[in-house]
Amino acid sequence: MKKNGVKMIKINSKNVDVYYGKKQALFNINLDIEENQVTALIGPSGCGKSTFLRCLNRMNDVIDICRVKGQIIINDFDINDKSCDVVRLREKIGMVFQKPNPFPKTIYENISYGPTIHGMAQSKSEMDEIVETSLKKAALWEEVKDRLHEPGTGLSGGQQQRLCIARAISVKPEVILMDEPCSALDPIATAQIEELIDELKKDHTIIIVTHSMAQAARVSQNTGFFHLGELIEHGSTDKIFKNPENKKTQDYITGRFG
Amino acid sequence: MNKNKEQLLNKRYKAEKRFRLYGQGAIFMALLFLTIFIFKIFSTGYSAFQKTWLIVPVTFDAELMMLEQNPSKEDLKDADYYDIALKSMADLDPNANEDQENELKRMVSYFFEREIKRELLNDPSLIGKTKDVYLTASDDLDQVFKGNYPRDLPEDQRRVTDYQLKIFDQLVELGKVESKFNLSFFTYPDSREAELAGIASSFMGSIFSILVCLMIAFPVAVLAAIYLEEFAPKNRFTDFIEVNINNLAAVPSIVFGLLGLGILLAVFQLPRSTPLVGGITLSLMTLPTIIIACRASLKAVPPSIREAALAMGASKMQTTMHHTVPLSMPGTLSGTIIGLAQALGETAPLILIGMVAFVNTIPGSPLDPAASLPVQIYIWAESAERGFVEKVSACIMVLLGFLIIMNLFAQIIRHKFEKKWS
Repeated sequence: MKKNGVKMIKINSKNVDVYYGKKQALFNINLDIEENQVTALIGPSGCGKSTFLRCLNRMNDVIDICRVKGQIIINDFDINDKSCDVVRLREKIGMVFQKPNPFPKTIYENISYGPTIHGMAQSKSEMDEIVETSLKKAALWEEVKDRLHEPGTGLSGGQQQRLCIARAISVKPEVILMDEPCSALDPIATAQIEELIDELKKDHTIIIVTHSMAQAARVSQNTGFFHLGELIEHGSTDKIFKNPENKKTQDYITGRFG
Repeated sequence: MNKNKEQLLNKRYKAEKRFRLYGQGAIFMALLFLTIFIFKIFSTGYSAFQKTWLIVPVTFDAELMMLEQNPSKEDLKDADYYDIALKSMADLDPNANEDQENELKRMVSYFFEREIKRELLNDPSLIGKTKDVYLTASDDLDQVFKGNYPRDLPEDQRRVTDYQLKIFDQLVELGKVESKFNLSFFTYPDSREAELAGIASSFMGSIFSILVCLMIAFPVAVLAAIYLEEFAPKNRFTDFIEVNINNLAAVPSIVFGLLGLGILLAVFQLPRSTPLVGGITLSLMTLPTIIIACRASLKAVPPSIREAALAMGASKMQTTMHHTVPLSMPGTLSGTIIGLAQALGETAPLILIGMVAFVNTIPGSPLDPAASLPVQIYIWAESAERGFVEKVSACIMVLLGFLIIMNLFAQIIRHKFEKKWS
């Protein structure tokens, strides 16, 4: 989205290095993410795109041996700073994982969990409202409205993934991180999710890691290409796919490696 | 080339067939031993659930009982029953001399006086009348009636005299000997007399010990496991603790018994022979089992669930308490029950802390002296009387039944509450 013709930058990463033990996984990443746009991160397996994604909501904290250096600035605030509270951060930055991972609870409880722990609903009716809007935004409401109190794990793969998206948007995050959200889904479910992503970018900034270049071309406005832990090239999706500057980028998108 | 391939294929099929045979053989052997074991126990033990009674006519003679006219309830309780009890036994053979009267008296348990008293207390109108009363037969006659006693031994090698056998046979012929379900096996405490010995005190002792054990071991073990698995940093110190927990699980139980003796009894002066001390000692043994089971089931919770909760902004504590721990509970609970079942069958540590003492009262709380089922088996197995042989097997049957129920319960919990995730 442009305000007065100026692109609004939501996330600004400066000189990000990531180490797993002694092994360096990311080298000096500088990447700006535009607000209310879809940014795709592409690259061959093991290139560090998921690692970068997980830096943005500090999910790498879970891994003992992982260390992150550099600055990641969201809303003028460095999330790698000691004063940053990860619980607050993750409320603002939702995440959808590669494999659908609904809680083994009911559909309703899956959605209501986030709003409950963050105290976002004062009453049962408010919570019902949140559950309904989240499921509607995730284009799942029509399919599950009659069985909200059945287990979320009983849904099909595509439905589970949309349930996870609904769960992520239930706390009204500013940014949604998606780590290959369609890799476990069939083409029809994939198409549904892609449509959904397009819809969601009105209210959220979306960063999606994907293996499918076609998907990146379809859903994103901006693309970053990672290779061996380095950000080789980034820019508008149009430019990256039609007129890449770097030879490696060209080789990758034309299918010569990766 | 083709023929070679065929031979190779045949060889592979044969190897599989052989392997299946070995496996089936192993299972057959295991089942065979189990069947022999269970058959042996049942065939010796089942008769303990029957008890032999002599039906003896008793005359409630007010004079012999030292009762006045119109006695009150209290008077009846305080009355002297010994003489009428003795007389009714002696009357079985009107021609008996003094020695023989003594032998007649020993044909029933020393409870016979109490059994006659109970009869009268139930129906005070019996005074002055004669009634057939059921008296517990002595353990030797009980065994004779059940066919477990070698009657053809020479008399001086038997505890039953020829005279007693003669009277007994007469009673059998008259239909005055009856075999009934042995309720007192479950309601009486231990006794030196086999015909009166029951498992009530050891059963209650076991239950109290297990409860104390559960109440101490479960919370401590679950908290330790959750902390170690979810919160503790992974470093040398926690590795050291983990190794020690695994070692603790392998420590022979008698060592825990010595610990209980040396610390709980000697230092803390807790009451000896009580389920409280037994339970604490057993909880030390059960602790590592529960910790290991709980950690294993925490580990089995898929990391994706933790990530999902963390990514929703749940704190570490919320992730653990809302998601990981509930999902690990079926495994933890069934591990706990299996640990308790182990503790239930434990003998050595209880012997050391004095739960082997002869207890002829039924404990009402964990602070009363008690035995436990496995210790009861040990005590009875040591006893010389023939009557205890079947009691040992019967007690084993009760213990096995208890264990089977507990393990079944563990299975049910596991199956019923285990959640499936995609």
